[in-house]
Amino acid sequence: MKPRVVVTGLGHVTPLGLSVDRVWKDICLGKSGIRALTDELYLGFRSKIAGRCIDFSPENCIEPKDIKKVDRFAQFALSAAKDAVTQSGIDFSQENPYRCAAMIGSGVGGLSEIEINFGKLLEKGAARVSPFTIPKMMSNAAGGHVSIRYGLHGPSFAVSSACASSNDAISYAVQLIRHGVMDVVIAGGAEAALTRLGLAGFCAMRALSERNDEPEKASRPFDCDRGGFVLSEGSGIIILESLEHAKARKAKIFAEMLGCGALSDATHITQPDEDGTIASSAMQNALNDAGLNCEQIGYINAHGTGTILGDIAETNAIKQVFGDFAYKIPISSTKSQLGHLLGASGGVELVFCIKAIETGIIPPTINLDNPDPKCDLDYTPNHAREAKLDYILSNSFGFGGHNSTLIVGRYKD
Amino acid sequence: MASVKEDVINIIADQLALSKDQINEETDIANDLGADSLDIAEMMIAFEEKFDISINEDPAEKISTVGQVIKYIESRLNADT
Repeated sequence: MKPRVVVTGLGHVTPLGLSVDRVWKDICLGKSGIRALTDELYLGFRSKIAGRCIDFSPENCIEPKDIKKVDRFAQFALSAAKDAVTQSGIDFSQENPYRCAAMIGSGVGGLSEIEINFGKLLEKGAARVSPFTIPKMMSNAAGGHVSIRYGLHGPSFAVSSACASSNDAISYAVQLIRHGVMDVVIAGGAEAALTRLGLAGFCAMRALSERNDEPEKASRPFDCDRGGFVLSEGSGIIILESLEHAKARKAKIFAEMLGCGALSDATHITQPDEDGTIASSAMQNALNDAGLNCEQIGYINAHGTGTILGDIAETNAIKQVFGDFAYKIPISSTKSQLGHLLGASGGVELVFCIKAIETGIIPPTINLDNPDPKCDLDYTPNHAREAKLDYILSNSFGFGGHNSTLIVGRYKD
Repeated sequence: MASVKEDVINIIADQLALSKDQINEETDIANDLGADSLDIAEMMIAFEEKFDISINEDPAEKISTVGQVIKYIESRLNADT
């Protein structure tokens, strides 16, 4: 029998803060982490709102002399990993390091480092470009730094599939454990693309909400008055290990990873397939992988970014998989509170799914005042709900046509 | 005006997030302060900017102590004037 894969630690960095329990409370209360970008750097930008991790300070997780060598996205990963490792109680000095890995996705990597050094290149010439440019910008830096921090000799690369990066990284981590290749994987995603170039690029695509005068109301998935997503940053990291390994060290088990399904649209580099057919097949694959039927799913954490095409495609995809039952499943998008953390979103949202199982609360989709008629499912509008949840499905979709679904369940012996 | 010595020590302290008290002319940048090749490359850029010189030789080959850095920079500054 394949090893079962369980979750023994949670950590994240989000615009609402760093403490998993406190952020979860705020998410359930429907608080928004979106704020106005008042810095003059953003003058002239169409979108001047974002979810910035204002509480984050790298001093808490990185030696002072090393801070400047680590880009913000990898700093987030180190911070979230630290919290997850601490919670799991794992002592890597007592582990076989060749059986421990770090799989940390990032859609973009160290964009601020690229921006800063390209500025130096233009202004002062090639000789002034920092030697840290490459080791900071590379998207595998998060996994690399985490492996160094804990002395892990298992693979430590980045999975990069835009906004599906976390889910794909976690899927890969699950496979490593299921196939008996690794015992423990620090898995998730990290992103810090909230830079001038990142914001300008998404603005140019007309992908971002421009509700600049009402930041907290700007992220409104499934609502008629939505105008795109809100750019955000952060990291979500979990500790995955084989059940046998977790039991042997008497770890507290938070949940079990049950299913993964990933497929590619293979149609357009940014536009989702409006029917959601491939996304629905990815969800079905995850259900098959978990050995579950639709009716067993108690809640869906939607990708739900607040773009018209994306919200409709996901709604259609859910209907294709769940049929009539689609109308009975509570769904929500926690991007309504946090905005879109791109490659980090799946990791943060999986942490929320695990908290939902633990606390019996379904978080709301906030700002859902006037639902789009094409989005006619139960998105848990504006107020959290109590429910006993055993199985949760979490979607992440990414530019490139990536559809990646995870299913997490209550751990039962 | 600050001396070359002061500037060099300030830059090294700043780059490595150390206190200036930990650095004197005998200090070996790699062995005593733990600087790696990238730290040293970054320091060279900072020296180039500060003293408006260009350091073309592979500096790590020739320079290991703070005193050697100071001497090297002073010789370059004198050569240019």
